[in-house]
Amino acid sequence: MSLYQLSKFLFQLNRDEDLKTRFKAGPQAALEPFGLTTEERDAILSHDIGLIYVLGVNGQILMHFAAFCGIEWSDYLQRMRDGVKHYGPVRAGIYTMQSGLDDKVAGA
Amino acid sequence: MALVFCGVCSHAPGITGRAERADPDLREPFYAALGGMRDGLHATRPDALVVVAAEHFANFFMNNMPAYALGMADSYDGPIEDPAWLGIRPRTVRGNPDLSRRLIAEVQQTVDVAYAEEWRFDHGIMVPLHFLDPNNVLTVIPGNINCQGPPLSPLRRAWAFGEAIRRAADLVPERIALVCTGGISHWPATPDSGMINEAWDRQFLDRWARQDKAGMVSYTDQATYCDAGQGGFEIRTFVAAAAAARGPGTVHFYAPIPIFAVGCTVGTLEIV
Repeated sequence: MSLYQLSKFLFQLNRDEDLKTRFKAGPQAALEPFGLTTEERDAILSHDIGLIYVLGVNGQILMHFAAFCGIEWSDYLQRMRDGVKHYGPVRAGIYTMQSGLDDKVAGA
Repeated sequence: MALVFCGVCSHAPGITGRAERADPDLREPFYAALGGMRDGLHATRPDALVVVAAEHFANFFMNNMPAYALGMADSYDGPIEDPAWLGIRPRTVRGNPDLSRRLIAEVQQTVDVAYAEEWRFDHGIMVPLHFLDPNNVLTVIPGNINCQGPPLSPLRRAWAFGEAIRRAADLVPERIALVCTGGISHWPATPDSGMINEAWDRQFLDRWARQDKAGMVSYTDQATYCDAGQGGFEIRTFVAAAAAARGPGTVHFYAPIPIFAVGCTVGTLEIV
């Protein structure tokens, strides 16, 4: 697992128009220099917001990738919750989920 | 010349980006309070506005994370986010590198602040500017406290940073306004987004308004994380504002607005 590298890719994607263009044109090639694991790479390529969240990516980085993928806010929040249901608790970082799996939170 | 204005406010991206989804009975008084803060700020005729924010990986990342930073650029562009997502049009904000250099030099007497000649504003600064400087007329100097990538600087050092900004503002001939912006309790961008610990917020704001330094810096990051979420780390900005102003604070507005993911806050402090 290389959470730092996964986070760094998303951080750079969020702020670099050239990387966005290259990622849209050829996502696998754009990911290549970041040295991600297969699980991490597949999560990005399939826009698996739930898994990226469980892997520990900071939500302040992840929410922009979700918007980049065309996922609206409430759907973004639900995909993270679904990710915890499917893959288990967040594995690293400080953006863990503290409410219960089926709790309804008012901000969604 | 002096610090002429000191205030705090929230900066959550939902405040502009998800405005239409908020209860108007909460949203409009909040916007009105920000309008009052804008009027108060401009009435002090500041030569520059220092905005101390808690940015979210727009400029600073874990490859080289400064605990404290101040901008030293001619100008600053924002928002770095998709303008449609944030609901704020792009703008170029005027800086003042000469003033930045003088402020930074004085701050460095007591705080080893990093400086940055490149800085793109994220919602942490753009949301406040959207309300406080809608016509983009102010000269702005951005500041940052790392509240995102632990380990984080202790709260007592955030206090020292505020003290240093005050000392620097008082030494330069310009009139300096200071706005520090962050959330109190919140769980932003997580599945818990919208959770707000109102009791915790009100206790913190009470300590803040009374200049209770010991109370304000007593929170451990572990306790804050449990009670107030990862967003609670941003109280560092409020602590810095209290240290800079030295006088009592007034909370002009506080209300949890879940779709904005934070207890929305507007406050000012007396400068003494």
